[in-house]
Amino acid sequence: MDEMQKVILEYVKNEYLEDDDDDLNPDTPLISSGIVDSFSMVSLKRFLENKYKISIPDDKATPQAFDSVNKIIALVKQFAK
Amino acid sequence: MSFSDRVRGIYKKQIQDITDAGLFKQERFIHSAQAADIEVEFPAGAPQKKVINMCANNYLGLSSHPEVVKAAHAGLDSRGYGMSSVRFICGTQDIHRELEEKVTKFLGTEATILFPSCMDANAGVFEAVLTKDDVMISDRLVHASIIDGMRLCGAMQDTFKHSNTEHLEEKLALHADKRVRLVITDGVFSMDGDTAKLDEMVALCRKYDASLFVDDSHATGFIGKTGRGTHEKCGVVGEIDIITTTFGKALGGASGGCVSGRRELVELCRQRARPYLFSNTIAPVVVSGVLRVLDILSQSTERRDKLETNTAYWRKGLSEAGFILKEGDTPIVPVMLFNAKLSQDVSRDLFAEGIYAVGFFFPVVAQGQARIRTQISAGHEIHHLDRALDAFKKVGKKHNILGKTKQEITEMYGA
Repeated sequence: MDEMQKVILEYVKNEYLEDDDDDLNPDTPLISSGIVDSFSMVSLKRFLENKYKISIPDDKATPQAFDSVNKIIALVKQFAK
Repeated sequence: MSFSDRVRGIYKKQIQDITDAGLFKQERFIHSAQAADIEVEFPAGAPQKKVINMCANNYLGLSSHPEVVKAAHAGLDSRGYGMSSVRFICGTQDIHRELEEKVTKFLGTEATILFPSCMDANAGVFEAVLTKDDVMISDRLVHASIIDGMRLCGAMQDTFKHSNTEHLEEKLALHADKRVRLVITDGVFSMDGDTAKLDEMVALCRKYDASLFVDDSHATGFIGKTGRGTHEKCGVVGEIDIITTTFGKALGGASGGCVSGRRELVELCRQRARPYLFSNTIAPVVVSGVLRVLDILSQSTERRDKLETNTAYWRKGLSEAGFILKEGDTPIVPVMLFNAKLSQDVSRDLFAEGIYAVGFFFPVVAQGQARIRTQISAGHEIHHLDRALDAFKKVGKKHNILGKTKQEITEMYGA
């Protein structure tokens, strides 16, 4: 698991899981499974933008693009310099 | 083309899907006034059955109080039935102004504006006072009407873990660049019956120059020593920027709601809130009833004191019988059953025993958190509660859940 995977996975766990025992891997569906609701996506987007000094346009920050840690990484890489 | 067979088929399929998922809601018809003792026709066409109502929001037992009914009659005679206008054209009477002033005094705020319901208050308030430069940070378990109101508003939306003030603080720091940060919570949460930590939230809002919104629909009239609400219980009267609440629960239970809080925010609602601008306000007969309710509650704390005593009695009785309850001290007392079908079976069996209490399960509550939500009223007498306790014990015994842990219940019935 690379550094970016670790950081984002850790953030998602702390931010959205109520129970520490819940398991999460980089391909676990986040939005379609209900772990992250559409209201809560905004903080994830802000976290990514602050952490990786990027700007993700609103029309790219779709529920599909945020649906797993690996998909999020692909999105981040798309906008990273 | 009218409603063709094809189009009808689309909707029939949806209703069938709801039914197949076990989520079809059936109404029970009450042939009496709302009270502790009611006569119910259920299912439709069945003979009427006398039952004890354990699931009304009639916390103070004022829904059919003779003085409230009398005041409503008097209001009907003196101010008529309807207004046939929205407030700002020709739909505002002296009694609407009087009620807004009385609510302001009762809640200890700066100003109040009436809405047709609290659902409408919540639907209209955010859009009226926030812009795209602002952020709304809401508790994850707030009421559905707040979520709808947030969806209608252009401000950024974010959430914090239920009642977790550390997480809220992280969010306030994250959104430090926003023009206005509005923290949003229920006062008393309707499904769990727990209370927001408004004292800690007020302190955080001060630290981060944020505003605080509280929906106190399940608190106004009975939470706090004089029933002013959750802000009184937490010692922060005068510190909440926006309170929304309802007249459809403890305060007579008819209909109507309001936004009460900072003068400028209330004024913006009067200028901009769409449910206020484009819908008639509360009918004169209801306004007259609520005015009398506030008089009754301002004269004595007897009813909320009785509710507190009844609640303690009910919680103690259920706990001693071996049921698992959600911790708390409000009159919302959830009896945890965890399994959805079990909650429906227990509700059905209780009804057969003359007790009206409804089972709630996913998606109304989280998966594996099914329950019977009981709600206590000052209209209950001890003999009502004793009869209800006997029925709960009998039904609990039948399903073998008394004294069992969550794990034991879910092993028997599934999560």
